Amino acid sequence: MSIPLEKASTLVAAGDVRNRDWYIDKLFHSFMFICGISAVIFVLGIFVFVFKEGSGFIIHQLDWAEFFLSPKWRPTSAIQASYGTLAMVAGTAAVTLISMAVALPFSFGAAIFIAEFARGKTREWLKVVIELLAAIPSVVWGFIGLMIMNPLIIDIFDVPIGLNVLNSGIILGLMAAPIITSIAEDAFKAVPDTYREAAEALGATKWQVIYKVVLPAAKNGLLSAALLGVGRAFGETMAVLMASGHALTIPGSVFDSIRALTATIAAELGETPVGSDHYQALFAIGIFLFSITFIINMTADLIVRGIKNQ
Amino acid sequence: MNQTATHTSTRFQAEPINLKNIQVQKLFMILFGLMAAVLVIPVILIIFTLLQKGGSAISWEFLTTFPSNGMTAGGILPALLGTVWLVAISLLASVPLGVAAAIYLSEYAPQDHWLTRVINLATINLAGVPSIVHALFGLGAFVAFFHLGTSILAASLTLAVMTLPVVIVASWESLQSVPFAFREACWNMGATRWQTIWHVVLPNALTGILTGIILQVSRAAGETAPIMFTGAAFFLPFLPSSVMDQTMALALHLFTISTQVPGVPEQIPFGVALVLFGIVLIINTCSIWLRMYLRSKKKW
Amino acid sequence: MNSHSDPHTDSGATRATTPAATSPKERLERSAATQPAHKISIRDLSIRYGPFTALSGVNLDIPVNQIFGIIGPANSGKTSFLNAINRMDMMRANMNVQGSVLFNGVDVTSWGNVYALRSKIGVVFPLPVGLPLSIYDNVALSPRLRGINNKSQIDEIVERSLKRAALWDEVKERLGSLGSLLSGGQQQRLTIARALSQDPEVLMLDEFSIAVDPVTTMRIEDVLKELKNQMTIILVTNLVQQANRLADRTAFFLNGSCVEVGDTDALFNGKVRDQRTDDYINGRFG
Ligand SMILES: Nc1ncnc2c1ncn2[C@@H]1O[C@H](COP(=O)(O)OP(=O)(O)OP(=O)(O)O)[C@@H](O)[C@H]1O
Ligand SMILES: [Mg+2]
Repeated sequence: MSIPLEKASTLVAAGDVRNRDWYIDKLFHSFMFICGISAVIFVLGIFVFVFKEGSGFIIHQLDWAEFFLSPKWRPTSAIQASYGTLAMVAGTAAVTLISMAVALPFSFGAAIFIAEFARGKTREWLKVVIELLAAIPSVVWGFIGLMIMNPLIIDIFDVPIGLNVLNSGIILGLMAAPIITSIAEDAFKAVPDTYREAAEALGATKWQVIYKVVLPAAKNGLLSAALLGVGRAFGETMAVLMASGHALTIPGSVFDSIRALTATIAAELGETPVGSDHYQALFAIGIFLFSITFIINMTADLIVRGIKNQ
Repeated sequence: MNQTATHTSTRFQAEPINLKNIQVQKLFMILFGLMAAVLVIPVILIIFTLLQKGGSAISWEFLTTFPSNGMTAGGILPALLGTVWLVAISLLASVPLGVAAAIYLSEYAPQDHWLTRVINLATINLAGVPSIVHALFGLGAFVAFFHLGTSILAASLTLAVMTLPVVIVASWESLQSVPFAFREACWNMGATRWQTIWHVVLPNALTGILTGIILQVSRAAGETAPIMFTGAAFFLPFLPSSVMDQTMALALHLFTISTQVPGVPEQIPFGVALVLFGIVLIINTCSIWLRMYLRSKKKW
Repeated sequence: MNSHSDPHTDSGATRATTPAATSPKERLERSAATQPAHKISIRDLSIRYGPFTALSGVNLDIPVNQIFGIIGPANSGKTSFLNAINRMDMMRANMNVQGSVLFNGVDVTSWGNVYALRSKIGVVFPLPVGLPLSIYDNVALSPRLRGINNKSQIDEIVERSLKRAALWDEVKERLGSLGSLLSGGQQQRLTIARALSQDPEVLMLDEFSIAVDPVTTMRIEDVLKELKNQMTIILVTNLVQQANRLADRTAFFLNGSCVEVGDTDALFNGKVRDQRTDDYINGRFG
């Protein structure tokens, strides 16, 4: 009457038919998988294509010492073309530095206010407006730097030109602020309420709770917020092109005009013959930018993951 | 029980009401409030200035005529339409791909698997790539390698790659907000994964996904660098007739007339900036409205 | 019973008597012709979550058209046991099942289409899960998934399932309103109706009365007594007396193993082999 167990598995059960739905499910699984790895494909694609265009230059032409240590970017010089990015790196660094000096305190302050003080409607509205700040297109920011900040800086500081490190730094700072604020707010929210209650039970004031408990606990989140902010400011193109003055100098003060790595590509790529050394050199800068942002993003992710694993 | 209560209350009473502490607390609240305000004020100032200086330029004619006199007069029609084209086609590419990728990550991908981890990292990195590097990629891949030339199609695809990670993240969040118990209930009644997604998960995540996509519209409309060398032109005296043509675009037009063309009357670029920001503002308001509507309609 | 006979001679005999039982169709007929007395048989079942063993060495048989009760304290592995039966381990990366679960005499892991297997087994969870669909659609979902599109046929299934779950009278006027907004007790009956709409051969209930008031619990218990004429019911319960009231046979799970299986009457009348079973049944621990 009963079937021997070791034979049972060779039987096919009644109703066990792979029907249309089974095949549709398999089909969609494969389709979603292909779409799922698209992000990986595109990141690799970006690397491959940008590298492909710039590789000839990097392999045959590139003088590494010149590329990183010379401030002279003279790609079109007929006599002695030179491809030094030092001035641009310094310019980009200066602008990024100023932008963080602007963005970090205000973003962290705003994040503390939103996470710890603001309630109800105030909080909702604040978040909405900060989201709007993030939505302003970079070319509009550049335009604001050009038409509004420029005359303002000339007037206030009595300098001959207002398109400089200060101008683009402030603008990039405002552009990076929303993302820093929102990540920092998440970091504050991730601190368990029990920490706060424990500190309050000991009689700590709200500020003491924030300073002694919340800030240290959210430290890693804030660090990764800052890093992503740096990545944002560092990679920004149009705003910095329009507001920085686009002059190839190593800045000595915030009132000097500079030229950013990103802006150089944007300004020159349109006028270079495809495949020329100059064209390839611009792609080499692209590889440099890609690598730096890659490192920044990976580091920020590692830090965030560190928090989760704790 | 009773004992603990008295104990706690005596401790709270024993704590002297420290006036100085309360004042310090107020002070800090005001300080942080002001720091938040510093981020709010520019938005208001920018809207106000754009309205004041560009408002006079806006008219029906401005929106529906071509630029004239070497772009120092006339309207913005080709740029406006070009932006619509670019955004529409880029969404056509990025939305299906991004939503499908999000479905894979949220519904199929095994957790803690190395490939899932790699996909997540790639998404984060794709979102962080500078827009000018996307432009280089578009130029190398779509314009040159796939022989699309500088065209609306090449520019749109470049934009699509750029907006892809944000579509993925927004859709993923929305899918994850659907309670896991719903999926379990479906699987237990014999639904395949795909049936579960189609009948229960997607319908409940749709509005959230839409909110994320709407935000992408505003982002794609404002981008300049990725389209500069892949399909957008400074000036064209005609409208594009196919996706293989070049086109003007609002964002690039603003860049051109404010930096490359001398002698443009101030209200024109301000008007263009106002239109561009206006579009972004309207789209964002829609998205915020949709989000609030969604919250009020919660089904569980 | 020849299951203890030598496997070699046994397999040889089988091969000899059914030499051509290789084509799917014939095998299908053969399995349909075999009517096992046990709806489900469990052999050496072990369940692990990563390195953690949740259940080990379970052997038991669940007879056809009876209520099979499973009692045991929290974390004893009862829910994991149910999940192994309808192969939900496939949907969980860290869940690993060893041993065999025979459903109608066929190992569940040999099913080529697990979804078809699951549609034969209805499940009711501890906390009611009303899908965010209308009451009607909640119950109509399963027939629709099976490809039934005929409106009147679905109407009929919905009405019959809701009636069998003792919910019809309360909701017949508002079939279009959201199922997830019903009361807890109603949602639980909706879940039962949804499971019944599958026309299942087995109904598995996992501590269904946790979020349900006593009156509704009694109503559902009456429903189950009716249903057991038509299907096999596995009733996991945290209420020992519920098993006493309903189950024909009862198993006692403790700390990841099955301590005892027996006729409910026997167990509840002190005829236990293991002292722990008696202690648990009489509330001396757990
Ligand atoms: N997905 C999972 N991952 C890891 N461990 C799990 C998982 N599910 C269950 N467990 C563990 O397996 C053990 C048995 O769990 P199970 O849910 O089967 O118990 P139970 O008898 O149903 O308990 P309860 O009466 O509380 O519902 C528990 O220790 C539980 O922590
Ligand atoms: Mg359980």
